[in-house]
Amino acid sequence: MLDILVYITDREGDTHIVEAPTDMNMNLMEIVRSYELAPEGTIGICGGMAMCASCQCYIESDHTLPEKNDDEEAMLSEAFFVKENSRLGCQIKMSPELDGLKVTLAPEE
Amino acid sequence: MFITFEKESMIKTDILIIGAGPTGLFAVFEAGLLKLKCHLIDALPQPGGQLAELYPKKPIYDIPGFPEVLAGDLVDNLMKQIEPFQPGFTLGERAETIEKQEDGTFIVTSTSGLKHHAPVVAIAGGLGSFEPRKPLIPNIQQFEDKGVAYFIRNPDVYRNKKVVIAGGGDSALDWSIFLSEIAAEVTLVHRRNEFRGALDSVEKVQELKKLGKITLITPAEVVGLSGINQLESVILQKADASEESIDADAFIPLFGLSPKLGPIADWGLEIEKNAIKVDNTLDYQTNIPGIYAIGDVNTYPGKLKLILCGFHEATMMCQSAYQRIHPDKRYVMKYTTVGGVHGFDGSVKEAPKAVVKSIE
Repeated sequence: MLDILVYITDREGDTHIVEAPTDMNMNLMEIVRSYELAPEGTIGICGGMAMCASCQCYIESDHTLPEKNDDEEAMLSEAFFVKENSRLGCQIKMSPELDGLKVTLAPEE
Repeated sequence: MFITFEKESMIKTDILIIGAGPTGLFAVFEAGLLKLKCHLIDALPQPGGQLAELYPKKPIYDIPGFPEVLAGDLVDNLMKQIEPFQPGFTLGERAETIEKQEDGTFIVTSTSGLKHHAPVVAIAGGLGSFEPRKPLIPNIQQFEDKGVAYFIRNPDVYRNKKVVIAGGGDSALDWSIFLSEIAAEVTLVHRRNEFRGALDSVEKVQELKKLGKITLITPAEVVGLSGINQLESVILQKADASEESIDADAFIPLFGLSPKLGPIADWGLEIEKNAIKVDNTLDYQTNIPGIYAIGDVNTYPGKLKLILCGFHEATMMCQSAYQRIHPDKRYVMKYTTVGGVHGFDGSVKEAPKAVVKSIE
């Protein structure tokens, strides 16, 4: 099976269980946008280059995620509302291991 | 006399383009082919929009005819392509207000009060104008222009002052270096020990720290400001959650820029999903005749925020603008290979004529 289930809590506090394809080179930010779980223009502003923090989310399950690269580290060090479990959604590629991932979108800056 | 003076002090053009990103720049070329002059307003100090500001060194792979091009190089090429059409620029200023005149033309006023008069306005505003990201300190607004500044217009105001800079990028590093020469004290605060900046700048700050010219406080964050009328001190929170107050005349948070639609949102245009609705069946005109929106700033069914789509939209907009400006003139589009490119500067680019010569 190529689709996984991801639990996404939006900025209003509503949780959505969505199917995410793992064979389309999509990342978490793009999944949020494809289901329109945050208004256009408030998420993924830089397009996924780790150059804004509009796709920041908090990881709430204990999945092993890919390490943060330098760009993501640097962006999170200047972002607002950052917590221990903050990640940039655009840097989290959908893969079969992430089935059942639970995340909450950080507030809009 | 006064009327004449007012008219002369105003910038007059055929198409006023708001936003000097790739879409806005290419619109100058298409307008030029139709003998229409353009003037561009952009909040950033240089043309190129996101490409120049966010990712000049990153490659783009979907510009037709360019298997790979660096964003910065694409901007340079566009600037070269439009040079013959002598576009005017108002840079470092945001388009604030628009007033429709009785004759159907528009006057757009930018930040400094400069007025721009044109029969057609094309909003090529991308994601909006880039504005400084303000840290979430509860009373920060109270100290804006009373010690707090988000960018540095005139460094001299910091002469002999105690300055606190926050941020971990190039601008935080570069301004710390620069101000260490003139300010009484410079303190650089960053949430991490690592800085992301040019190696030269990082090394220079290291050196100035050793010389005692810059006080580096990392990892730490400015969480509070205090003072009676003017900023007097900032409160730092360190990694162990302990707080410390340090004297400061100025606090300059440099956390980069983020785009905001800004005043354009209040121009009476139909907005949907943080973008301007346009007629994509025809000419990318908005609900206000004479105002167009092209590139990433617009929306319509099936919209894609791609540079190549912006180029198409700019081209269609220019044809419609021509009709609007010259309702009585007839015109058919001409290939540049046939018509060449005749610049307003007198330059001519033309396909070389075939040689007709008999072979004996």
